[in-house]
Amino acid sequence: MGWAIALHGGAGDIPRSLSPDRRLPREAALRHCLQLGVSALQSHAHPLDVVELVVRELENHPQFNAGKGSVLTTDGTVEMEACIMDGKTMRCGAVSGLTTVVNAVSVARLVMDKTPHIYLGFQGAEAFAREHGLETVDPSHFITPENIERLKQAKEANRVQIDYTQPIKQDEKSEVLAATGGSGDSQIGTVGCVAVDRDGNLATATSTGGLVNKMVGRIGDTPVIGAGTYANSYCAVSATGRGEAVIRATVARDVAALMEYKGLSLQEAAAYVVGERVPQGTAGLVAVSASGEVTMPFNTTGMFRACATEDGYTEIGIWPTEQE
Amino acid sequence: MGWAIALHGGAGDIPRSLSPDRRLPREAALRHCLQLGVSALQSHAHPLDVVELVVCELENHPQFNAGKGSVLTTDGTVEMEACIMDGKTMRCGAVSGLTTVVNAVSVARLVMDKTPHIYLGFQGAEAFAREHGLETVDPSHFITPENIERLKQAKEANRVQQDEKSEVLAANGGSGDSQIGTVGCVAVDRDGNLATATSTGGLVNKMVGRIGDTPVIGAGTYANSYCAVSATGRGEAVIRATVARDVAALMEYKGLSLQEAAAYVVGERVPQGTAGLVAVSASGEVTMPFNTTGMFRACATEDGYTEIGIWPTEQE
Repeated sequence: MGWAIALHGGAGDIPRSLSPDRRLPREAALRHCLQLGVSALQSHAHPLDVVELVVRELENHPQFNAGKGSVLTTDGTVEMEACIMDGKTMRCGAVSGLTTVVNAVSVARLVMDKTPHIYLGFQGAEAFAREHGLETVDPSHFITPENIERLKQAKEANRVQIDYTQPIKQDEKSEVLAATGGSGDSQIGTVGCVAVDRDGNLATATSTGGLVNKMVGRIGDTPVIGAGTYANSYCAVSATGRGEAVIRATVARDVAALMEYKGLSLQEAAAYVVGERVPQGTAGLVAVSASGEVTMPFNTTGMFRACATEDGYTEIGIWPTEQE
Repeated sequence: MGWAIALHGGAGDIPRSLSPDRRLPREAALRHCLQLGVSALQSHAHPLDVVELVVCELENHPQFNAGKGSVLTTDGTVEMEACIMDGKTMRCGAVSGLTTVVNAVSVARLVMDKTPHIYLGFQGAEAFAREHGLETVDPSHFITPENIERLKQAKEANRVQQDEKSEVLAANGGSGDSQIGTVGCVAVDRDGNLATATSTGGLVNKMVGRIGDTPVIGAGTYANSYCAVSATGRGEAVIRATVARDVAALMEYKGLSLQEAAAYVVGERVPQGTAGLVAVSASGEVTMPFNTTGMFRACATEDGYTEIGIWPTEQE
């Protein structure tokens, strides 16, 4: 039993033809964030602090869909959400609808630590963050040219296919919202990190800008405890993918529930949820167990991910490895 | 196997000394809503329509903590949230932060039916409701004198009990008339189609923007092919324990019956005094466990069983 950490930068339809200028910076970021988390664990930082630290770093990186670099709503704005949970105490914090706060995961942490509540949304969450002196910037700070382009392409796809306000078949809706546009550079992702220390203390944190061209006010799986984020004494889970599918399947909770209620191992539980409980192409997750195991299953083309364990195992990847 | 329905008007520290003028109208409302739901099921309405209908009725009743009669935020405003889920398809809809829409559960239904999303919050949810022509009113419509009083007493208790956050927020004031509750309804038809819906004004004196368990799928509301669940109580406890999902998960993953699963979750997975739920199974069973002093509740099954109550019955 030793420490373990895993992090992700989003699962989705990431084509193997991804150009080096889009692939290399993200791989470097995954490597950098992994090292950050590993060093923190080696210094005996608490897993809650480790996951917050790593997710903040991922939020600040403009090429992941969280914080700076968040995808845009249908109005061209950014609405960020995040969640953090402590496995030992089951304390948790979540926020939605942030527009000016630099690090959503830190607001979630504050909600958990400084209020009697779990979840704050929109203007109330923004006001709370300011009251506590968290760093805020002009909303334009988070918007990148790549995301302006993604939104444009998603709207183009919408015009060609269907107006989403009409009742349409479920798979068509998914296609529309998954519109990756010409670049094939899907941004379905979120960012997240899970960690466990030698004492079995587990923690998870997830952060996201949501779905390209989402309706204003749309909340995804990330801040929904049990869907995109969950930790208890068995494991810590951070999920990514199509938020609506992750919510329906209560992905993060189910991994832990399968371990507890059916006696599955971490890997069995996670593989089952990702393989059988969500539609193909909609989800991935990273998870660690109390005994220091790690798993990073996904049923999408790829998932930006990295993990390390105290006994020396390290993995950084985007697409399935040969064994998968 | 027949139809079954259960509904609640909130679990909490409801004292047995509750005065008749506060008890009788709620019992009458529970009876009325139960009959509404039963008639709909007998007319072969789909459970989704049944739960929406019943919850709308409960939202409109000023003495339950949803819609009109919602408890107030620390700013003296109303922020309503609701959720609906279809067990067969697992489609669901949720909203938070509504301030002018008369029936939050109907907005949740529309999110489920008319958008590619599940959950809309605050101004986006309000705008969506208006675009779809749902009835909206001045925010003052939802505020009742009783809730203005409850907020006042909660703030008073805050000043006295600064550190005991939980106690403070549970402050039921001098009337002893706790409003930890929400409203909800679960239903199943003869074909095993399950549905659930929950609606609430949240917690007295809550922070502006605070979201509770009601719209968090798997916490306060959940349905799949095994059962439909609507929970009530202290939202934060219900979220941590993923109450509604766990009832179904215990049935599926551990093979427990509906009653065993629900009793276990309410008895062992949430702190005493924090939660209750109503649930029905695909085969027409009903259960309404709670670990609080009381829970406004009612249920009926096709084979003739009916129950309306507030406090534990003698067998419980």
